[in-house]
Amino acid sequence: MSDEYYLELSENPVQFENASSVNNVFFDEANKQVFAVRSGGATGVVVKGPDDKSSVAFRMDDKGEVKCIKFSLGNKILAVQRTTKSVVLPDKRTLKLLKSQSINVNWYMYCPETAVLLLSTTVQGNVLQPFAFKSATVSKMSKFEIELPAVPKPAKLSLSERDIAVATIYDQLYVMYLKHHSRSTNSPGAEVVLYHLPREGTCRKTHVLKLNTTGKFALNVVDNLVVVHHQSSQTSLIYDIKLRELDGALNVHQPVLPARSINPYKIHLTGPAAAPSQAPVPCELYSSSWSVFQPDIIISASEGYLWYLQVKLQPTLNLLQDKGKLMDFLLRRRDCKMVILSVCSLMLTGGDKGNLSVVATVFDKLNQVYKEYLDAEQAYTAAMESGPSRSSTSYKRPVRTQAVIDQSDMYTHVLSDFTEKKGVKHKFIIAVLMEYIRSLNQFQIPVQHYLYELVIKTLVQHNLFYMLHQFLQYHVLSDSKPLACLLLSLESTYPPAHQLSLDMLKRLSTANDEIVEVLLSKQQVLGALRFIRSVGAHDNVSARKFLDAARQTNDTMLFYTIFRFFEQRNMRLRGNPGFSQGEHCEEHVAYFKQVFGENALMKQATA
Amino acid sequence: IPRMASGMQEKQYAPSLLSFFIYNPKFGPREGEEEKKILFYHPIEIEKNEKIRNVGLCEAIVQFTRTFCPTKPAKSLHTQKNRQFFHEPEENYWMVMVVRNPMVEKPNKDGKPPTVEYQEEEIIDSVYGSVLKQCYSMYKLFNGTFSRAFEAGGVELLTQKLEKFFYRYLQTLHLQSCDLLDVFGGISFFPLDKMTYLKIQSFVNRVEESLSLVKYTAFLYNDQLIWSGLEQDDMQILYKYLTTSLFPRHTEPELAGRDSPLRPEVAGNLLHYGRFLTGPANLKDPEAKFRFPKIFVNTEDSYEELHLIVYKAMSAAVCFMVNAAVDLSREFCEQLDSLVGPQLTLLASDICEQYNINRRISGPEKEPQFKFIYFNHMNLAEKSTIHMRKTASVSLTSVHPDLMKILGDINCDFARVDEDEEIIVKAMTDYWVVGKKSDQRELYVILNQKNANLIEVNEEVKRLCATQFNNIFFLD
Repeated sequence: MSDEYYLELSENPVQFENASSVNNVFFDEANKQVFAVRSGGATGVVVKGPDDKSSVAFRMDDKGEVKCIKFSLGNKILAVQRTTKSVVLPDKRTLKLLKSQSINVNWYMYCPETAVLLLSTTVQGNVLQPFAFKSATVSKMSKFEIELPAVPKPAKLSLSERDIAVATIYDQLYVMYLKHHSRSTNSPGAEVVLYHLPREGTCRKTHVLKLNTTGKFALNVVDNLVVVHHQSSQTSLIYDIKLRELDGALNVHQPVLPARSINPYKIHLTGPAAAPSQAPVPCELYSSSWSVFQPDIIISASEGYLWYLQVKLQPTLNLLQDKGKLMDFLLRRRDCKMVILSVCSLMLTGGDKGNLSVVATVFDKLNQVYKEYLDAEQAYTAAMESGPSRSSTSYKRPVRTQAVIDQSDMYTHVLSDFTEKKGVKHKFIIAVLMEYIRSLNQFQIPVQHYLYELVIKTLVQHNLFYMLHQFLQYHVLSDSKPLACLLLSLESTYPPAHQLSLDMLKRLSTANDEIVEVLLSKQQVLGALRFIRSVGAHDNVSARKFLDAARQTNDTMLFYTIFRFFEQRNMRLRGNPGFSQGEHCEEHVAYFKQVFGENALMKQATA
Repeated sequence: IPRMASGMQEKQYAPSLLSFFIYNPKFGPREGEEEKKILFYHPIEIEKNEKIRNVGLCEAIVQFTRTFCPTKPAKSLHTQKNRQFFHEPEENYWMVMVVRNPMVEKPNKDGKPPTVEYQEEEIIDSVYGSVLKQCYSMYKLFNGTFSRAFEAGGVELLTQKLEKFFYRYLQTLHLQSCDLLDVFGGISFFPLDKMTYLKIQSFVNRVEESLSLVKYTAFLYNDQLIWSGLEQDDMQILYKYLTTSLFPRHTEPELAGRDSPLRPEVAGNLLHYGRFLTGPANLKDPEAKFRFPKIFVNTEDSYEELHLIVYKAMSAAVCFMVNAAVDLSREFCEQLDSLVGPQLTLLASDICEQYNINRRISGPEKEPQFKFIYFNHMNLAEKSTIHMRKTASVSLTSVHPDLMKILGDINCDFARVDEDEEIIVKAMTDYWVVGKKSDQRELYVILNQKNANLIEVNEEVKRLCATQFNNIFFLD
C-alpha cells in the first residue's frame, strides 16, 4: 500500500511557532513568508521564508491587534495592518496614488506569480474583473462571468473567494472555480471549472474537472497538475488538463488516478511539552486547521508547519494500467526521466509482458518528444549560424526537459539490460529493438550506432545470420564505417558478411582506403588495383603496399603485373620507371630482378 | 512439341523427359532381387526387366566413375539421343532423370522416312542437373527426407509417398523452358524503402506475438520476397513453390474479376480483402475444412514439420507456419483472419503507395533498356529483364534460345574457377553477350548493337553497372 501514495508533503518543511492565544500567524503569498507575531509584536516577530536567507526576526511595539503583516519584495519595507482601513509602514515613507479605478468590490484576490489582481463585482459577486500589473502600469483585462450552479432569489453574494483560486498551469493563467454540488442540477458531484485567462482576449471556460463527490475541497497546483483535496474522505485527486479523455466532450476530465491520501507524515514534537527522545508522532492530515495556498503550499498553523506539496511519480506505475496514457501523463511531469525509464524496463521485463503494440505506442510517444526537442535545437543552431542579430528575441535556446529521453538513455537504462536478461525470448528482444528502430525512423531521428550493434550482437548470439542479412539488404541498419568493420569481423562465422561489408563501404564513398585494405587482406591484389583505378585514386596509393600483398600471394605473374603497373605509373608521373627512395620498394625491385632478370625492368624511354 | 523452324518442313523437337527413377542399391543387393532397389519409376508402363537394366546401368556408371574420383562420381552421361543426370541427395538414394536431346526432323523426298538429327550439344548439364536437384528439394519440402519416410514406414511408405508426389510433379516439369534461372534458383526481392520495410517487420512481429502458434512468417508482395523467417535454403524452395505453383493458380480468378474476386470481408468495422490461399476457401462455409499443406524445414538439424498457411490481401501474401502437431481449428483461422485481414489490407495499400512514389522519384529513365540477368549467391537475389512473368506452365523469355544457351555456357565457365572473371561473346546473330563475375555475384548482359566494338560494349556494360548496381560493390 505504502507505494500507492502519489502525493507527499515536503521533507523539509518551514517550521514556525504554532498559532496560539499569544501568537498570531500570518502568511504572505507573494514572498511565501510566514509571520509569527507574539503579543502583537512586542515579544518578537519571527519571519520564515522558503529558505534561510528570507528569514528575519525583529521586535515592534504592540499597538493593537495585527490584522495583516507583510514585507515588500526583498524584505525592504514592512507593512502592518491593524485596522480595516489603515496600513502602517514603520519607517516613515509616503505612498503615491498612481492610478485609481472605481468599482464596487466584494472581495479581491491577487496572484503574485503573474501579478494579476482579480476583483469580485456585482451583487452576486460572480463577475470577475482582472487587472494586470506590469512594472508601473495597471491594465484592465476583459471581465468575465462565473457560471453559478443556481441563481439565488433574491440576488445575494453567491461567489465566495474561498471557491476561487488563480494558478498557472502549463504556462497559462487559469481561474479555478470550485463549483459545489447543487441539488437542482443533476450533476453527480462537485466540479472544478477552469477559466482560461489569456493576457490578451477574453476569458473562456475551458476545462471541467469532475470530482464525483461532494463536501469540502481545497485546491493546489503541483507540477501542472490540479490537486483537489477532499476533507471528509481524507483523500486527494489529481487532474491533468492536457490528458484527453477518450470520450471526453468539451474537455471534461476525470481524475488521472484513483483517490489516495497524502503520504502519512510524522512530526517531531518540540517545545516544552516534548520529551527529548520522544518518537515522532503521525501528523493529522487534512486537518481542519490546514490552510491551502497556491500553488502548492499547505500550512498547519496549529502545528507550526509549512509544507510544499509534491507529486511522487513512482506509484503511478501501478495505478495507471494504460501504458500509453501513463506515458502521456509522465512525459509532462518535471522529474519524469527515471520513472519513464523504469516504466520501459518493467514493460519489457516485468511479469506482465507488455505486448508489442503497447511497446510501439510507448516508443512513439517518447520519440515524439525527443524529436520535437531535436528540431527545436536544430532550428536554434540554424538561427544562431545565420546571424543572431536578425531575430535574437524569438530564438531562445530550447530547454532540455527530463521528458527528452534520447537513444543513449534508452540504451543505458533499458535496452542493454533487457537484451542481457535471461529468460527473455530472443524473438521478443529482436522485435523490441526493431520496434524502437522503427519508431526512430518514423520520426526521422538518425539511429545511433550502438543500437545497431545491439541488434547485431543479439542476432549473432542466436545464430540468426540470415535475419541480419535481410535487415542489411533493406538498409534497416544504416551504413557506417564502424558497422562495416563490425561486419568484417563476422566474416569467419558468416562468410556473406564480407560482401555486405564491402557493399556498405562502397556506398559510403568515403571508405576507398578501407576497401583497398579489405581486398588486399584477401589477397585480391588485382581487384584492389582495379578498384582504386576505377575511383581515380591510383596515382596516390602506396606502391609498396600493393607489392607487399602481391609478394605474399607467391604468384609471380601477379607480382609481375603489379610491378609493371607501378613502373608505368612512375613513368607517367615522373618520366622514369624507377621507384623513388621514399617509396621503399628496393626489396621488391631486387626480387623482380632475381625472378625476371635485370632486362625485364622497364627501360626509360630514350630520346 | 514441334516448333516450325525456318525451313518450311523442318520440325524442331524440344528436350523432353524420357524417364525419371529413384533407387537405392542397398535395398536389393542380391542377384534376383534387383527390383527391390527401385523405389519409383516413370513412366510406369516400362517393362520390369528394362527398368532393372536401366537402373543397373546407372549404378555401374556411378561405380565406375567413382574409381576416378571417390567423392565426385559422374553427374551426367551424354549419349547421342539423350542425356542422363544422376543425383544422390541422401546417402545411397539415387535420383536419375533421362532427357531426350532436342532434335530436328528433316523430311526426305521420295517418301523416304524423315532424317532425325539430334542436337546433343544444346543441353546444358548445369541447367538440368539443377532441375533434378530441385525435384528432390520440392519433394523434401512437402514430404521430408527419404530416410525419415523409410524409418517410419519402410519401403512401402516411401514408395507410396514418392508415387503420390512425383506422379503429379513430373507433369509440371517443363524441360523445354529450363534455363540459367533454374541453375540459380534465385529469389526476387521486392524493392522497398526502409520505413515501409520496418512497418512490415513490426506487423510480422506483432502477429507472431498475438498468434503464438505461428513459428515462422514469410512476407511477399507482387510475388517478390520481402521477409523470410525461414532459413535461406528452406525459403528458396518454398519461394519456388509459391511463385511457380501456388500463386499462378490463384491469379487466374483474380484477373478475371477486377482486383479481388471476393467481396471485401468485414471484421469488426474494418473492411478487408484478406483470404486464405491454402486451407479454407471460404471461412463462412459451415463445411469448410481447416486442412493446410504440411511442409518440412530445417531437415538438417531440428527437422520441423509445419502447417503452411498462406494468406493474401491484395498483392501482399503472407505465409504463416505453425507446428504440424497442433490441430488448426476454425477458431484459430477466424482469429487469424480478423487479426491479419485488416492490417494486411492496410499494409498492402501502403506498400503499393510507397512503391509508386519511389518509382516516380527514380524516374522512368532508370527502367533498363538492357536485357540482363543478375544473381547474387550470397542472398540468392535474382533479377532478370529477360524473363517475362513466370506462369505455372512456362517461363517466357524475350530472347532467342541460342542466346540463353550462351548465357548458360558462360555460367559453366564461371563455375569452374573461383576468381573474378569477365567474358564477352559475340553471338552469330550479331548480339553481344557479356558475363561478369565479381565475388559472389554474376551479371549477364545481352546487347543488340551490331556495329559496336569490344571497347564500346565494355563501356556500355560499365554504364549499366553504374546505373543499376551503384549501391553494391561490383568490380569493373
